[in-house]
Amino acid sequence: MPVSAIGALSRRRLVWLAVFLACLVPLASLVWRFLADDLGSDPVETLIRSTGDWGIRFIVGGLMITPLRQMGWNAPARFRRMIGLYAFFYVCLHLTTYLVVDQGLDLPSIVGDILKRPYITVGMLAFVLLVPLAATSTAAMVRRLGARTWMMLHRLVYPIGVLAVIHYYLLVKADVTWPVIYGAILAFGLGWRLKEKLRRRPRTLRTGAVRP
Amino acid sequence: MLIGKPSDIKPSEITPRDLYLNRRGLLAGAGALGLGAAFPAAAATLTYAKSPLSTTGEALTPLKDVTTYNNYYEFGTDKADPAKHAGKLKTDPWTVKIDGEVAKPADYALEDLLKGIALEERIYRLRCVEGWSMVIPWVGFSLSEVIKRAEPTSKAKFVEFTTVAEKSQMWGLSLPYLDWPYREGLRMDEAMHPLTILAVGLYGETLPNQNGAPLRLVVPWKYGFKYAKSIVRIRFTETQPATAWNTANPEEYGFYSNVNPAVDHPRWSQARERRIGEFSRRPTLMFNGYADQVSSLYFGMDLKKYY
Ligand code: HEM
Repeated sequence: MPVSAIGALSRRRLVWLAVFLACLVPLASLVWRFLADDLGSDPVETLIRSTGDWGIRFIVGGLMITPLRQMGWNAPARFRRMIGLYAFFYVCLHLTTYLVVDQGLDLPSIVGDILKRPYITVGMLAFVLLVPLAATSTAAMVRRLGARTWMMLHRLVYPIGVLAVIHYYLLVKADVTWPVIYGAILAFGLGWRLKEKLRRRPRTLRTGAVRP
Repeated sequence: MLIGKPSDIKPSEITPRDLYLNRRGLLAGAGALGLGAAFPAAAATLTYAKSPLSTTGEALTPLKDVTTYNNYYEFGTDKADPAKHAGKLKTDPWTVKIDGEVAKPADYALEDLLKGIALEERIYRLRCVEGWSMVIPWVGFSLSEVIKRAEPTSKAKFVEFTTVAEKSQMWGLSLPYLDWPYREGLRMDEAMHPLTILAVGLYGETLPNQNGAPLRLVVPWKYGFKYAKSIVRIRFTETQPATAWNTANPEEYGFYSNVNPAVDHPRWSQARERRIGEFSRRPTLMFNGYADQVSSLYFGMDLKKYY
């Protein structure tokens, strides 16, 4: 018995490790392509776009975990925190590439961008909202804040997801295919939650006006 | 509504003969057109002379970048798409219709259009509205040579360029983002300007399809989307023609679209640009560095209004 328990435990750990490493593959691929001089004609653009793509994938993907669980697929639920932190990680790389490589830390130009370009303004807002979520991701923080407060705070991922999609939508020149796809997934996830919420409302609340 | 100066153009300005002759003088000894009977599908080496109008002192953008990093939405919206899909476009035979306000409208086979024209190498900076730039050695000739031949009437105030739209060869035409066919336009004096060329090649060879083969416009002081590619029609008009990006999004893309670091695009600051091959950005120059040659075209115009 103890042997199989250990076996089960380590398998759980192995899966965790595999998922953890899989989430690093996009970064590894970028590093590899950078070293191989294979980032295309405009490597800075490739870096910004690719890290932005992974940022939005993790955010929108993370928001799908609960609907998926409610539909009966439980497996991803335990990776929720990891996925959220990876979203923050890729967005940090995204922002750093923009600040350091693209803008060369030219402060007036960066401030000008944040104030004048709606897509940067919105992206920055999404980033700023992500910071407290990343900072309170530990179990200790859940305890410190109390589960209710923590849950309330972490509902911020909804507006973050919406802002990320708007950011993407605003920055494309004409081809809105991908922002629309992410927007549709997000809308589905949000719609699903709303539906669940209404379903779970106590009957009396829904039928309150009806007298027997 | 009339915009800018078009009404000021005197018919005599349409044929700046002295300028034309002068330039030909400079080009004495220019090579003969090495195109043979027709444009072969594969790149062919061109014979051309160097031009004193070339930009000097800047490193050329490598051929690989010039031919793999393209905006040509008829072949897809990703910059790598055109190089992948443009091979399907048939550029031989090719006909260019010249019509509108001209004494001599005609349908020209490309070879006939190019007959008697001496090709030149024109090294120009190219600045994209998206904030990147290149330096490209085009091979082509002044658009004014074709315009003169067509003999525009006094009513010709603008030139409209229509680009190819062959659905079976260009899958991107099924995307609804622009009102196909892609059209561009210039004011007559812009079209007649010596810097404005029709390019048939780059790096000494015929244009690759993704770069707008077999014939494309190059207007180096304007953003790259003004450089109509794979031109099938040149029409002279009295009123300002509708252009593709201006129609799609008039607030962001003006008819003039002169490179101007002081007029921001809502999405991109135009103050700086990234030269392909470099990491950090460099300042963008007024009229893409061609202000000495072209700023007189816009004398007295509010360039914030006519962006
Ligand atoms: C939650 C935060 C963010 C997410 C999820 C996100 C996501 C994205 C995505 C998906 C793209 C498009 C990638 C593509 O075209 O394939 C993108 C592009 C970009 N983002 Fe973000 N972004 C975020 C925050 C920011 C911030 C804070 C900045 C800068 C202050 C920023 C600057 C940019 C820039 C400059 C581009 C490239 C635009 C272009 O190539 O024209 N983003 N981002």
